[in-house]
Amino acid sequence: MYDENKIIPMIIVFVILVTFPLWYNLGKAAAKPDPKIDTPVIRQMKEKKCLEPKATMKTTHMKILDEWRHEVVRGDYKRLYTAADGRVFEKSLQNGCMKCHSNKTQFCDQCHNYMEVKPFCWDCHIAPKETK
Amino acid sequence: MGINRREFLRIAGIASLWGLGGQAAFEILKPGAIEAQARAPLSQGKKWSMVIDTRKFKTPEDFQRCIDACNKTHNVPKVANVRQEIKWIWTEKYENAFPDDQNQFLPESMAHKSFLVLCNHCTDPPCVRVCPTQATFKRPDGIVMMDYHRCIGCRFCMAGCPYGARSFNWRDPRKFLKEPTNPEYPTRSKGVVEKCNFCEERIAKGLYPACAEASNGAMTFGDLDNPNSEVRKLLKENYSIRRKPSLGTQPNVYFLV
Amino acid sequence: MFEKALSGTKTYFSWIIFLLIFIGIGFACYLYQYNEGLGITGMSRDVSWGFYIAQFTFLVGVAASAVMLVLPYYLHDVKVFGKITILGEFLAIASVVMCILFVTVDVGYPNRLLNIILYPTPNSILFWDFLVLNIYLLLNLLIGWNVLAAERKAVAPPQWVKPLIYLSIPWAISIHTVTAFLYAGMPSRHFWLTAIMAVRFLGSAFAAGPAFLILLALLVKRLSTFDAGQEAINKLRNIVTYAILASIFFVLLELFTAFYSNIPGHKHAFQYLFFGLEGHNKYVAWTWISVVAGCLSALILLLPLARKSNAWLVAACIGVFGSLWIEKGLTLVVTGFMPSPLEHITEYAPTLPEIFIALGVWATGFLVLTLLYKIAISVKLDPNSASIH
Repeated sequence: MYDENKIIPMIIVFVILVTFPLWYNLGKAAAKPDPKIDTPVIRQMKEKKCLEPKATMKTTHMKILDEWRHEVVRGDYKRLYTAADGRVFEKSLQNGCMKCHSNKTQFCDQCHNYMEVKPFCWDCHIAPKETK
Repeated sequence: MGINRREFLRIAGIASLWGLGGQAAFEILKPGAIEAQARAPLSQGKKWSMVIDTRKFKTPEDFQRCIDACNKTHNVPKVANVRQEIKWIWTEKYENAFPDDQNQFLPESMAHKSFLVLCNHCTDPPCVRVCPTQATFKRPDGIVMMDYHRCIGCRFCMAGCPYGARSFNWRDPRKFLKEPTNPEYPTRSKGVVEKCNFCEERIAKGLYPACAEASNGAMTFGDLDNPNSEVRKLLKENYSIRRKPSLGTQPNVYFLV
Repeated sequence: MFEKALSGTKTYFSWIIFLLIFIGIGFACYLYQYNEGLGITGMSRDVSWGFYIAQFTFLVGVAASAVMLVLPYYLHDVKVFGKITILGEFLAIASVVMCILFVTVDVGYPNRLLNIILYPTPNSILFWDFLVLNIYLLLNLLIGWNVLAAERKAVAPPQWVKPLIYLSIPWAISIHTVTAFLYAGMPSRHFWLTAIMAVRFLGSAFAAGPAFLILLALLVKRLSTFDAGQEAINKLRNIVTYAILASIFFVLLELFTAFYSNIPGHKHAFQYLFFGLEGHNKYVAWTWISVVAGCLSALILLLPLARKSNAWLVAACIGVFGSLWIEKGLTLVVTGFMPSPLEHITEYAPTLPEIFIALGVWATGFLVLTLLYKIAISVKLDPNSASIH
């Protein structure tokens, strides 16, 4: 092999760099998120039901929020959402979702941090005040 | 999904409930649970406009009341550096508000008077024409609206607006807003342009714009397309002027002088 | 071919390192701006575009000027330009790279920049500018690289390159026309609202760009054994001469319309530039430097002086480039905001971080230019390559 004294060290540097995230995070497994729905408003609900079943909300809440945002800001400007069972909700993160889920750190941030997703919602939308 | 009267009443009721107690749960939104009374639906205008009766503004407080109402409603920050401030509605002298209509011999009362200026929600808005992402657009009801989620902060609209109605968030506005003054309305983020939205979020709930509500009747909001509306009546009975009409933007804010 | 950029003299690498230092400083300042927002610049509510957009505007002109080599060579068979069209095309690439970077550092929400393509908006001139600039970059990359690669192998360039070359001629005109439309279509910005904005832009572009090319060609001659040829330099000089004269003429046209019509709105910006308005005169000195440099250079170019000695030619080219840089890269954008739509005057001066970010972008452009020129000239001078020149 030509230039092995250059190529081999470079290969080693490359491998170290590429595998950096793996060994850097070794043994630092984050705790599994456990989002809480324990808020004053939800506690008072007889039937603890969100817009859609829990499984659906888990997988598609971001899509629902995105659709709401589009419809309210620049779609048909309609602000009401009717769930499958006829209940009506205001299409709003700040004035809808967060009225029940007033525990942003417990409910939103836990999973988002775990999944390393950084939605920019809170750059503008105001999170509810959390009392410990 | 069309909004019918029943749904409208429901949401109007909820809006007032939130205003009263600050308590809200989706639970109470069950069909038929609320029979609230609301004022005539505002959400069906075709061409929203504002008529400002400048004769009714007498003291500086008359202006400040309207400005404060807007700033409070929309969490408009008070930026320390005046060169980079955010303004939705503010005052200007006659020569600045109506620079095309210079007159050396204006009556004293006009020459030293202040005028409230805000986004004109033009019928043919240059800001909408120049925006490269449709972040600013014209709604069917005439409101020139901003989508803060889409704005890239190119500031083309600021160069395009002939009325200086637009402000850019040169820094994070929350730095200048210790506590949001209205927890029901978002703030903006740094890097986007913002301006008056004719209180579209209040109109949707059947409420008049915050400035008009605070003006003690000096600012009238209504539908220009409705011949029986209050704005049409005012324009019929009074002489009105608009800012820079020669540009063909067709402003929808009228001034009674 | 790229390997040719990886070997060179000590001077070559010192220059690269020098540029990298400026790129580093600029990048650090940009990170600061990214975190703090554009509030760290001198821009304001009234002067909402500043140094960045001005540099962008000037450099679109430099990019467009490649056509002043391509057009005579391919349409009028001006053979002396054959040797240096590649220099024009590579200058265009470096300039467009700078243009794109200047727009990027100017937007408030850079992570959303692609919204321009995601939500295409034909009524916005900025959408078209984005489109034509990127395609112009692509055209020059394809043309420059393929022509050079063919030259190295002493074969004709691939057949499909020819139509692209012809397309690049009107395309160069289009990038500067569309950039002028960014300004010329704004109601209530009297200084910009002028139908000759696009030709004014082209006039100044075809003066500043070829002037810079002359300087580059003479510099290359001094640093390497590659000689563009005096005949090509002379032809470029003629182009610069006519273009700077046209440029001056266009400004005089603007002045006539503004002052003879006596419409205050049309006069204000020029009064601000030449004399200052209501005590605001930050750019008066700059304006006069630009006027004097532009007129003197035009005179030198017209006299036999510049034809006899390249030293005079260099002085004239620096004068033309500097004069037009002040006009487009400094005052044109800022003055459009004087006075504001509400008849207030807010002055503008770039801040230090803003200047360093701009320098960083310029350094990036020069790095691209250096690497590309190194490749082109190495290919042309390589005795092993079957270069036809």
